[in-house]
Amino acid sequence: MNNLKRSLREMAKFPSAVGGGIVIAFLVFLAIYAVVSIPYSEAIRLWRGGEEIWGDNPRIVPPAWTNFFRREKQPTTIIRNSRDESPMTSKTVTEISEDMWDVVMTFDFDYNFDAFPQDLIVFMEATFVEKGPFVSLFWITPDGREIRLGEVTAKPSETYRFAQDERLLRRLKGVAPQIALFADPEKETPTVLKGRYQLQIAAVTFEESADLEAKFVAYGTVHGLAGTDHRRRDLTVALLWGTPIALLFGLLAALGTSVITMTIAAVGVWFGGAVDELIQRITEVNMLLPTLPILIMVGTFQSRSIWVILGWIVLLNIFGGGIKGFRAMFIQIKEAPYIEAARSYGASSWRIIFLYLVPRIIPVLIPNLVIGIPAYVFLEASLALLGLGDPVLPTWGKLIDDARSNGALYNGQYYWVLEPAVLLMLAGLGFAMVGFALDRIFNPRLREV
Amino acid sequence: MTMLTETAQTKAGAEGNGSKGRDNVLLSVQDLRVWFELRRFGFGHAGYVRAVDGVTFDLHYSETIAIVGESGCGKSSLMKTILALHRPTKGDILFEGQSLNELRGREMQTYRAQVGYVQQDPYGALAPFMSIQRILEEPQIINGIRSKPERDARLRRALEEVKMSPVDDFLPKFPHMLSGGQQQRVVIARAMLLDPKLIVADEPVSMLDASVRVEILKLLRGLQEAHDLAVIYITHDLSTVRYFSERVFVMYAGKIVENSRINDLIRNPSHPYTVALLAATSDPDADNARRFRDVPPGEPPSLVNPPRGCHFHPRCARMIAGLCDVEEPPYFETEPEHLVACWVYK
Amino acid sequence: MPETTLLHVEDLKLYFRTGKGTVRAVDSVNFDLESNHAVVVLGESGCGKTSLAKALLRLLPRNVETYAGKIYLNGTDVMGFNDDEYRRQVRWRKMSMVPQAAMNALNPVLKVGDQVAEPSIIHGAMRKEEAMEQASKMFQHVGVPQDFLHRYAFELSGGMRQRVAIAMALVTWPDLIVLDEPTSALDVLTQANIFNVLKGLKGELGLSFILITHDIATSSELADSVAVMYAGQIVETGDAHRFFAEPLHPYSRKLMDSVPRLRGTQEPDFIVGQPPSLINPPTGCRFAARCPQSFSRCKEEPPTVKHDGRTVKCWLHRK
Repeated sequence: MNNLKRSLREMAKFPSAVGGGIVIAFLVFLAIYAVVSIPYSEAIRLWRGGEEIWGDNPRIVPPAWTNFFRREKQPTTIIRNSRDESPMTSKTVTEISEDMWDVVMTFDFDYNFDAFPQDLIVFMEATFVEKGPFVSLFWITPDGREIRLGEVTAKPSETYRFAQDERLLRRLKGVAPQIALFADPEKETPTVLKGRYQLQIAAVTFEESADLEAKFVAYGTVHGLAGTDHRRRDLTVALLWGTPIALLFGLLAALGTSVITMTIAAVGVWFGGAVDELIQRITEVNMLLPTLPILIMVGTFQSRSIWVILGWIVLLNIFGGGIKGFRAMFIQIKEAPYIEAARSYGASSWRIIFLYLVPRIIPVLIPNLVIGIPAYVFLEASLALLGLGDPVLPTWGKLIDDARSNGALYNGQYYWVLEPAVLLMLAGLGFAMVGFALDRIFNPRLREV
Repeated sequence: MTMLTETAQTKAGAEGNGSKGRDNVLLSVQDLRVWFELRRFGFGHAGYVRAVDGVTFDLHYSETIAIVGESGCGKSSLMKTILALHRPTKGDILFEGQSLNELRGREMQTYRAQVGYVQQDPYGALAPFMSIQRILEEPQIINGIRSKPERDARLRRALEEVKMSPVDDFLPKFPHMLSGGQQQRVVIARAMLLDPKLIVADEPVSMLDASVRVEILKLLRGLQEAHDLAVIYITHDLSTVRYFSERVFVMYAGKIVENSRINDLIRNPSHPYTVALLAATSDPDADNARRFRDVPPGEPPSLVNPPRGCHFHPRCARMIAGLCDVEEPPYFETEPEHLVACWVYK
Repeated sequence: MPETTLLHVEDLKLYFRTGKGTVRAVDSVNFDLESNHAVVVLGESGCGKTSLAKALLRLLPRNVETYAGKIYLNGTDVMGFNDDEYRRQVRWRKMSMVPQAAMNALNPVLKVGDQVAEPSIIHGAMRKEEAMEQASKMFQHVGVPQDFLHRYAFELSGGMRQRVAIAMALVTWPDLIVLDEPTSALDVLTQANIFNVLKGLKGELGLSFILITHDIATSSELADSVAVMYAGQIVETGDAHRFFAEPLHPYSRKLMDSVPRLRGTQEPDFIVGQPPSLINPPTGCRFAARCPQSFSRCKEEPPTVKHDGRTVKCWLHRK
């Protein structure tokens, strides 16, 4: 315990350790926050649920906070739902005749952005037995113009996409509705007319029990904390949940490979002879094995589960170059007089390996382990980029892969790549900074240099 | 009083009534050979390093002997074989009449507990990551002293014996926090922990400051006297032997070339090698700067292909051609209890 | 300063900065060395004797806090030289060093002949062939067979490697060589051999030596005069004959008493206690705490008393 305190105090002397520590603490906080605030099942639902989960999100848009850096404020998504109790929505039902009822819904909203929305859609749900309601939609601009949009006979689940209404398009002289409906008619170039807009949905129903509910979505061009991807999914979920997965993966892989490798090296060096020869040969053969193609094969034929891949990575790295390095150190330590002393008072081989040889390496092991964590985090990302990402879990690597396969960078959607990349870089930076500081603390010979 | 001739008799004595007086043999080294195989490319046989090549002597209860020689003369291999760290290639070592070759498991552990080991490099001899407390507990745990209070009592007693007091100040410390002299005391305390009958001290002071050496030597001698320990003191420095050992064995190229009481050896060195060693050992004297030392030419021979006959003959000024370079010299007694392996005394 | 004075050191200080405070490794050291003489600097480990060697050759680590004083070499104040001048005109040209364990610091992948030639190329601006010729000449002086020029360090015994290390210090024909514990890891016969070599060099080449060691017995093999160092200070200087016969400072006496002797019957004794830390050395006499003869005055800084060509920093010798 005292040792730990001393080490921590020692670390406080290194600015890089403090900086790295803060970065790691931030990542760990993020990981804990993710797991606590979005339970696993919820995360999976949010990431893999389907259209109904993310249907209201815009498609491939940068995060909302980018507005902070822009002169022209981009719109966020505006949703009006007739089921909501709100002063901005109203719904009235009046009986016109015995078998006709008038259902009028108005959705008010203020539009004060400088850019046009991405898309405009009205989702309707109609309840009826035989004949669906007849719906007419009207658009009222802040300067009082009323624009007829279109008419539909609603099916139980009806979607009215403004942009796909050919007749509307013709009426608007070929200008896309999400621009034409918001443009200031006085201006040459399309400029947003700011103010309160209203969407009126007037429906005629033909049955006593028939009803209509509607939801209007004006998709923004920015969304949430992290933006959205090609399937309209909020990237926040993946970025948050990518953190615990990345940290756990990196830690387990680094810990697994280094601890097992070290133990094997110690055993080989101590027993020498045939045991050492065997370990050496396995290592040499293993070092010739191409790790990446093997992992691709595992991903293709066995499973792409991140934990299966983790197992294989550990397995393939146990007999890696690390063995040679540890071996060189152990060979030196094996000759130390204190080992000879231990033999002279009768310490058993296993006792010498675990209580006399291994502790000597810990000062080298711990910094290496810490520095190794981001290497495995990066490896996971690289594998995801090769299409070997976990099929279920959202990871940083998967995000970059999605971005790449959707040509994010060609389309200028930098946020999509940058967000996971920055987190990856932070992880690398934090662990490297702490690792290098640890190396200097544990191996004071380096301090002078 | 023992080389070659009387081993049988003394061995019988040790096996006889089991008494532990000074006349009984504690450790008997019999024609010991320790050869290390040289391998070419990891397998082909390329000869042997004959580190110890036919060494015989007896060590009695509470006797102190010194083995003197230069580095590479085989004294370390001899010592490590006595500590059961190497296996004899030929010959035998008997401890209280029992052959080390035959000891297994539990018996070997018992043997190890009876032999304390004091090393040359005190800092290297202590695990740097263990506290003094832990360092002194290890041998006890390994040797089955299960009760923690007993272990504590023993390690405290051992530290007090090496004059590391107050004990509580030192227990939580790590080796690097101690001075060289203190580290060596801990090493000695560790060697004393299990109440050994024999201490093997390998150059225990050669890495210490001159001002501390005497302190450590006196401490060792004090312990030897207080506990009636037998001690094998291994050194290259004859000037320290006098304060410590009664009997001295001079080793050269894997063999004992001279065996005598220390005072006789200094007064009347017989083997030309011993003469050279003594001549090269200086006492503080300003006149030393005025004269060149008489040093035999050349360097100790390779132990892989030692010269025929007497191993020292290529460097020896008194070499008898046709004899020294052909036949290995037997031991001649130049005065009582003073044996020398040299044809000059034929 | 008399004509024959080769080296005159005055008030030399070398302090290091460490995490725990300032280490006063060399704290106002004064001594003189005559031409073709050997002075032995005697002291326990941690007394600052290696730092003294580094201060003389200006081989300083990075954490130096204070480096001050005067060093006159052949009457020239070399402390005034900047680092570049010092490197070109002093180090290896006039004064070279055989560092501690130099024999184990030889480059394992270079032939030893090339290594010995190296300083002449760097400091003497010689061509390779000339330098090799110098190296072979030096091998002769230190008694290494010529064919060893083309061997590697691992093929040589400890004694031969140490001779090579000495040849490296010698090859630029300096006036003064600083030897830091040149024989401490060697066997008795090898030690005697090395000292024979050094004695020969002193006679043949007129070299001067500063021999830094803790081993009094072997130090007498080369010493014309002795300087005893304790806790960063020199507490006694004097010529070897009178020093070895009768040291003056209580520390020197205790040190002399601690030497096990092969000949003679005197029982050796040891000095109780530890030398003080160089970070906060005690005021007054630094040896007082371990001194059997200390008295009240020892709390004050003792004067350096001169008499008969000897100096001793002790209140007992104040007349």
